[in-house]
Amino acid sequence: MTAPALEIRRLQRSFGALTVANNISFALPHGGRYALIGPNGAGKTTLVNLITGRLRASAGEVLLDGDEITALSQAARTRRGIARTFQVNQLFRGLTVLENVYLAIGERTNTCNRLWRSAGKETAVLDEALDHLESLALVGDADKAVRELPYGRQRLVEIAIALAQRPKLLLLDEPAAGVPSSENHLILDVISKLDPNITVLIIEHDMDLVFRFANRIIVLVAGEVLTEGSPEEISADERVRSVYLGERREDRHG
Amino acid sequence: MDASKPPGAAAVSDEIAVARAHAVAFLARRDRYRIAEALPWIAAIAAFFIFPNQMILGGQTLIMILFALSLDLILGYAGIVTLGHAAYFGLGAYAAALLITDLHWSEPLSGLAFAALAAAIGGFLSGLILLRYRGLALLVLTLSTTIMLQQLGNLFRDFTGGYDGIPGINIAPLFGYFDYDLYGHTYYLYCLGVVFVAFYVVRRIVYSPFGQALVGIRENVARMHALGSPVHWRLVIAYTISAALAGIAGALFAQTNTLVTLGVFDFDQSAAVLMMLILGGAGWLYGGFVGATLYMVLQNELAKLSPEFWQFGIGALLVAVVLANRHRAFGRLARLGRALGLGAKP
Repeated sequence: MTAPALEIRRLQRSFGALTVANNISFALPHGGRYALIGPNGAGKTTLVNLITGRLRASAGEVLLDGDEITALSQAARTRRGIARTFQVNQLFRGLTVLENVYLAIGERTNTCNRLWRSAGKETAVLDEALDHLESLALVGDADKAVRELPYGRQRLVEIAIALAQRPKLLLLDEPAAGVPSSENHLILDVISKLDPNITVLIIEHDMDLVFRFANRIIVLVAGEVLTEGSPEEISADERVRSVYLGERREDRHG
Repeated sequence: MDASKPPGAAAVSDEIAVARAHAVAFLARRDRYRIAEALPWIAAIAAFFIFPNQMILGGQTLIMILFALSLDLILGYAGIVTLGHAAYFGLGAYAAALLITDLHWSEPLSGLAFAALAAAIGGFLSGLILLRYRGLALLVLTLSTTIMLQQLGNLFRDFTGGYDGIPGINIAPLFGYFDYDLYGHTYYLYCLGVVFVAFYVVRRIVYSPFGQALVGIRENVARMHALGSPVHWRLVIAYTISAALAGIAGALFAQTNTLVTLGVFDFDQSAAVLMMLILGGAGWLYGGFVGATLYMVLQNELAKLSPEFWQFGIGALLVAVVLANRHRAFGRLARLGRALGLGAKP
């Protein structure tokens, strides 16, 4: 049996007395479409930070394709094929869309180590960047500064950068957060068309998106895994309803 | 509808081709040489013929232009804010001076190379530690590193001459042929040549993929980490190159002044070069050129007007420039420069 794309074993993280990740274990199979849900403050973004190495775990292990990467830096994990998007945009706002993607490709291919040749003459990077933007229907905005784009398209650039890293494991932290409903389809389109070989973990509050996209759901409450199951199992789970889905339904009625 | 053509397909692919070409054009063309870019150099050569009696000031200005350029590479492009850049200017100045007085090697160009190497080593070693920090911590650390270096120089007085300095720095004729006149004409042309080469080098670097990564670090360091960028090493390399250039500026200063004292490490030096760069605008390559010229000429003229209060005028000008630009981190002159076709689009 092949090792899972990502495996988390008894992961632990505290900030002083506050435990934000407590004994978390789960595994994502290759090509899995997993959603991570849970109420605000459940530790979902913290978990993404622990997987990417932005935060160091206090205890426990992270394995990528069966290799332990717990001790590796964020950069080293990225080079092994982990990419993420951020809940709040982390873009190169003053640079063009093309330059944003250029940086992702340039760092992945080590082109950015070159300090004598013109960036505009690295045709391999430029062509890949433009093909990539074309596939995401962003090529029309390629020469615009990111900060001039509407928010929905900025969110798309956020995903475009992560995909340009050609990840094996993609962590999407609330990709549709703050996107007006008129632009929501932009994000949905891209997510539904993701390469099936990429293993994806998506954090999302929009239950419609979760149920459409994910074939497994992990529920995180107060830093612990409450349960894991198929969308049907999760929506039928009384505990999940009480801590999470219940709240949301009441929201909708209200 | 015409059935032989898929409706709109040609138009769409044309549109995409245009968009692609447009986006690439900016990256491919931003480092083309433009006529406007010749202006500062024409002005520098014109100054040589128009103000033959001001060439001492002219040489000093070119040295500060080079010093400001070195700061622009790390501040304007990589976003490293420092109050201790005089450390590398000073290292270069002392390396150039000691090479002549203690090692009796007075050929000027190899002196510059020696000074660049000394400053680069200093920049590399200090950068390894300093660049782990950002913001206020980095400001304080760069400031105190420079003070410590100055005091170290004072401690080894026998070697450095302490605050009395190293006198009698006399370099051999340039290329073994051109000797130096009292009016600083040879020095001026020597400095101009060095500054020109330095601009060429920095220009190559900032428009390279590496330069693009530096701008990425300035714009969003968290994302660069997430892209797997070796951020620390990129910063250390940029800092080392910057230190080498500052060291060359210091070496030119030593070679043309015949005297170097520990004053080269003064906080005033670090602050002045920062002011020059801010005056001219950081991050468009020629900010140091404009700012240092403005600063040096103003300093000279204001000092004639009022030997005691000349700094007031410079201070007032800086306040005006910063207030006029408070909505943007980098200079208004940068925008003017872009309008003239210089530097990069925002």
